[in-house]
Amino acid sequence: MPPPSTSQNYSHHAGSVLSVVDLALDDVSFILKAASQLENEDPLKRMKHLFKRRVSLLFYESSTRTRTSFELAAKQLGADTVLVSALSSSIEKGESLKDTGITLRALGTECIILRHPSSGAPYLLSRATGLPILNAGDGMHEHPSQALLDLRTMLSHLRGAKAASVSVSDTTLKGVTVTICGDIFHSRVARSNMLLLPRLGAHVLLSGPQALLPETAASAGPGIAVERDFDKALKQSQVVVMLRIQAERLAGLNVDLDEYKLRYQANAERIAAHAPDALILHPGPMIRGLEITSAVADGPQSAIAEQVRHGVAIRMALLDRALGAHGSKGKRK
Amino acid sequence: MKPILIRGGRVVDPASGVDADRDLLLKDGRVSAIDAPGKLNAAAKQDAAEILDAKGLVVAPGLVDIHVHLREPGQGYKETIASGTAAAAAGGFTAVCAMPNTIPVNDSPDITRWMQAPERGAQIRVFPIAAATRGSMGEALTEYGALKAAGAVGVTDDGKPILGDSIMRQTLGAAVRVGLPVIQHAEDTRLTGGCSMNAGALAFRLGLRGMPVEAESGLVERDIRLLAELKDSRAHLHVAHLSTAKALEAVRRARRNGLHVTCEVAPHHFVLNEDAVAEYDTHAKMNPPLRAEADRRAMLEGIIEGAVDSIATDHAPHAAHEKEQEFERSPNGITGLETALGLTMAVLHGKHKLPLSRIIALLSTQPAAVLNLKGRGSLAVGSFGDVVIFDPKNHWTFHASASKSKSKNTPFDGWSMLGSVVATISEGRIAYRA
Repeated sequence: MPPPSTSQNYSHHAGSVLSVVDLALDDVSFILKAASQLENEDPLKRMKHLFKRRVSLLFYESSTRTRTSFELAAKQLGADTVLVSALSSSIEKGESLKDTGITLRALGTECIILRHPSSGAPYLLSRATGLPILNAGDGMHEHPSQALLDLRTMLSHLRGAKAASVSVSDTTLKGVTVTICGDIFHSRVARSNMLLLPRLGAHVLLSGPQALLPETAASAGPGIAVERDFDKALKQSQVVVMLRIQAERLAGLNVDLDEYKLRYQANAERIAAHAPDALILHPGPMIRGLEITSAVADGPQSAIAEQVRHGVAIRMALLDRALGAHGSKGKRK
Repeated sequence: MKPILIRGGRVVDPASGVDADRDLLLKDGRVSAIDAPGKLNAAAKQDAAEILDAKGLVVAPGLVDIHVHLREPGQGYKETIASGTAAAAAGGFTAVCAMPNTIPVNDSPDITRWMQAPERGAQIRVFPIAAATRGSMGEALTEYGALKAAGAVGVTDDGKPILGDSIMRQTLGAAVRVGLPVIQHAEDTRLTGGCSMNAGALAFRLGLRGMPVEAESGLVERDIRLLAELKDSRAHLHVAHLSTAKALEAVRRARRNGLHVTCEVAPHHFVLNEDAVAEYDTHAKMNPPLRAEADRRAMLEGIIEGAVDSIATDHAPHAAHEKEQEFERSPNGITGLETALGLTMAVLHGKHKLPLSRIIALLSTQPAAVLNLKGRGSLAVGSFGDVVIFDPKNHWTFHASASKSKSKNTPFDGWSMLGSVVATISEGRIAYRA
């Protein structure tokens, strides 16, 4: 009874990345390779990729890393960028996301990078504008570029520097266990990672208290399990992704802060005892002294600063793919 | 008003057990005669009746929708009583029961009468359902006797379900004294704050807060417990837009225990499941939400088995700008009046082979009985001249842009339907003609 085409299978721009689920493994390989190529390319030559192309950063939430790295990535490819943030625009006057998108398109924007507090907002913007949309974090849904840069960080550490630029397959991360710890329920970083990494063969363990990690999380996709004992999870892990904890949120959920730290904080003693060789990641912003201590964040196992560097390369690749001639590789419904 | 002879059709009238070729004569707003083909020709000629040829068509009692939102008073930009009833007539409906979540809330005999006034321009009959508590605030009961006298056919706080045990007990007690059913939108809102879809793995993956099945079934169970405690066998609880297997099981159990509990299911809850939300399509956002596949199938089975009394649309028009928002901000609900028959026919008759008499029972006879609409849902002589004539074999495509509703918020745009309305007659007057 449903027609062959409905809003259900609206065809988003092939260069869009709204969810990691949209990306076939071929797309992931393509993005990783492009990231390495662009990173190593002569800066002046690189400027020609998107020279004078117009990219808008539409940010409804504050951001340091994501916004700056997307902006630097666009500029390194020669694009003109414009930042529209909720507080200094007509959004404050009640302009809708649809109208904001249409306005940006009318101003010549060719690609929009969207950060928004509502899950699914990039889908609305995509339908409203037809432009390539890069999801820079939507509500509790996803943060696909973060998962890709996390993947690149993992690959370069676990499989050697060059590994980050070879083709990935469903066995690339075979035998690798990645623990994601913290406020899984509210985390778009957790969702993008748990939906991407198992497709490359990784096993994902989620760790955190019930209030921040519902059992249903394990059924979000294959290769995901819940392990509430963080120490047990650490013992099995080659990679540990720590997530930011908002103290106010814990209070609201009646989770005792001290008990949380006791059970889930990544501190030197715990890491030394249970995961002395694991790679430690954090998407930022970190709350030092809460989910992670300085000794771990700044310690030899930490790749947190590297993640940020990989972020620029990955975002160059995403922008080049979104606006480039070869951007139509995306497998879309 | 000119009498009408509907000639040569197949009359399907579960109320009188008729499913045969019959001619039907409508006069003075009522069914005046029903007889074998050709037998009413003389009478019709004498009355100078208008002749409607229904050869190859089904002639049935006009459809009855006991759950619609007509948005008047207060939100005429979404729908008016005139536009909503025009859509209803196009969908084969001759009676709709309008929910009280208007602005202001229909909690008074004045508003109840205002909604039925000829100035509203209704194309078919509108039966208001009044608020159970003042302003639907869940605190003080409205005047059930006066509301009934003004034309209300039930009481409910619909989207603001009655949570307090004590006030629900009072509601059930007061309603039975005046002979009105209590209709509950069963949602324990203490469990659904900030939620915008069904709870489960998909909601988690989409980063949306989910409404658990228990928010519905828990309140249905609570209401049934209060009904049982009342010890008045006439007391009637009607569960609106039931959507979960667990709540349906509670209704079944209550009935086995001899309680007067009825329920309705909306077409979208037996046609769609939560997967329709996957791309944050706000036309798949409603309350109760589209549920998991197992619940969808349970609704279908409940209907087929006869555990469900009525199909009701929960027609909930919203303006385009309201639905074109972020999923969590978009209001709940979809339009349904023009797709109910086509979807029900396609799924229940076409696919699951439910006989036409059952389809008509679910869309007309039984809903009329649930809300005690006398003389509706039947073609027995003396009933209101409420008739739908439709082609049960015609496959057609629904286009939202052609809808008579002011709002086009439907997930069924472009869907193929079975059974197209040829004419709708309301109290002996042609309200719609294709």
